[in-house]
Amino acid sequence: MSNSVGVKKDHTAKTMTSIQSSSLSILRIIRAQHIWVFLLICMLVFSFASPYFFTLNNIGNVLTQGSFIGFLAVGMTLVMLNGEIDLSVGATLALSSALAIGLQDSIGIWPAIIVALLSGAFFGFINGALVALSGIHSFIITLGSLMGIRGIVFIFTGEEALMTSDYSYTEYPEIYLGPVSLTAMIFFGFALFFQWILSKTKHGLETYAVGDNEKSAHEAGIRVRRHKVINFTLCGLLAGVAGVLLSMRLGTAEPNAARIWELWTIIAVVLGGTRLTGGYGSMWKTVGGVITLAALLNGLRLLNTPNYIELIVMGTVLVLALILDKTLTSSQSR
Amino acid sequence: MALLKKASDAAQKHGLIGGFAIFLAVVSFSSPEFLTLGNILDVIRQVSITGMIAIGVTFVVITGRLDLSVGSMLTLLTVLVVDQHNQVGPAIAIAYTLLASLLIGMVNGYLIGFMRLNSLIVTLAMLSLLQGATLFYSGGSNVNVTNPQETWFRFFGRSEFIDIPVPVWIFFFAALVGSFVLLKTNFGRWVFSIGGNETASLFSGVQTRWVVLIAYVISGFGTGLAAIIMGSRVMGAQSTIGQGYELTVLSGIILGGTSMLGGSGTIWRTVIGVTMLGFVQNGLLLLGFAYYVQWLVTWAVIILAVWIDLAAKRGRVFV
Repeated sequence: MSNSVGVKKDHTAKTMTSIQSSSLSILRIIRAQHIWVFLLICMLVFSFASPYFFTLNNIGNVLTQGSFIGFLAVGMTLVMLNGEIDLSVGATLALSSALAIGLQDSIGIWPAIIVALLSGAFFGFINGALVALSGIHSFIITLGSLMGIRGIVFIFTGEEALMTSDYSYTEYPEIYLGPVSLTAMIFFGFALFFQWILSKTKHGLETYAVGDNEKSAHEAGIRVRRHKVINFTLCGLLAGVAGVLLSMRLGTAEPNAARIWELWTIIAVVLGGTRLTGGYGSMWKTVGGVITLAALLNGLRLLNTPNYIELIVMGTVLVLALILDKTLTSSQSR
Repeated sequence: MALLKKASDAAQKHGLIGGFAIFLAVVSFSSPEFLTLGNILDVIRQVSITGMIAIGVTFVVITGRLDLSVGSMLTLLTVLVVDQHNQVGPAIAIAYTLLASLLIGMVNGYLIGFMRLNSLIVTLAMLSLLQGATLFYSGGSNVNVTNPQETWFRFFGRSEFIDIPVPVWIFFFAALVGSFVLLKTNFGRWVFSIGGNETASLFSGVQTRWVVLIAYVISGFGTGLAAIIMGSRVMGAQSTIGQGYELTVLSGIILGGTSMLGGSGTIWRTVIGVTMLGFVQNGLLLLGFAYYVQWLVTWAVIILAVWIDLAAKRGRVFV
């Protein structure tokens, strides 16, 4: 439904801009991409509040720190545009990071990484297949796999933190382009790639269509189930990528890693402006949400705020973002 | 032929109960203490905290919404009741806790019912907020009741009445009252009608905003009662005590067969679901499985239960 509103809005906006001044179109862009305005305000506030915030090094840090949630958020965006949700991304991340470290002594580093990535894709596929075949809402399916996969992580690690024996492993992602780390570059690469998939390929466009109105998409001959399975698999794979990179960064994998990261991921995506109901959103919005979240957390830490402030600010910001989104959409449709 | 169809219908309808019975039989076969009265009461006492929360959340779920904030709400309220118990005594501490629970429920309900925000996100935000509030309140340190042996506060979690633990009594009465409200009052009917078709209920004069708000208040109140039992049982609290409860509660509700889409469900189904989950977890532990195996089993059980239910409704296994 939201997408059809978006299309209608585009038409009216086009005719309006041809008549009226271009200030309206700027307003329209701000409305559609309000996350970037919000990010700008955040950056300004923190730059004034802390001299360390707006330095090249720190910006690089923000991007690297944000990337891990970012991978999950890119996958989550695909699933959400499809009208579904994946709560198991945090557990999948923990599993792949445990596999990447736990298996490297027995089968070598690269095979372990491949197994870790495949495990992510595998559980993503299981989620997608269960959603597509059973018709159970993905919230229930992935709520189950959130617990189940976390259980597997605890069983595999024996409830202990695993540590890499080969310290060169932690140096793999230590490649920098200026202040931007390899991890951040991979994140932006994925975001760009999937933005291209979404806006230019059949799979992307049909993903929007399915999320917008599943029934009519089905009646229009779109293979709804296949798109869902693909998106869930991609989401799991991206969680696997995040897990491997996190294990490289930390050199350890603990069974409780990425606990409630699914919540931070949803926060990042929704903050960006992608709708939970499906059919409306983009990778740009998600990238904006991810960076804003990371900048907020980083800025608060630079100001030495106690960690409960972080939690309270995040909760408040999320509700405000939701209210803002609601007000903007209702003023658009008027 | 008709008999066969009847049998398969019954199997689908009661498949969950049947599977549960088989599970009970297997566990009691290999672990003699499983089906003793003592163990059964133990399990029900353990699930009474989850159950109290689940009864309240069932109202929210029937309206077609979610409440993910109950876990951190339980943490905050348990910390609150224990800490206030030391400072102002049990009676006022309990009053504060219940008041706080109503207040949090009201905030949730206002944002979701009146401002029409998405319940998943709002309660997620509330989860984060309440975690922050807990750390702010306790400074992250543990709190303990200073005189656990003397205080009458121990009544709620540690005493027995006619040989049955008090939490079980409270759970039982909460289920009765919840069931009565849901099935026999106008409010209960409105809860169902909103879950069934919100627009239609609004047009037929139901004050949907208030009904949703009150559903969240009930959910908060149930969590408040659970926090009192929890505080009294443990006689202390730390800032992770309620972590993950929202998931266990939802698992129990789903297992009971209440639809996440709203419009259907009953309190007794929730009670059965939560209790079954408790027995499965207890049974797996008695069988000697590692603690985390129960999460794997919960995964399988939830999906199987919902799938069987759906398959029976549409008459086909796959979509």
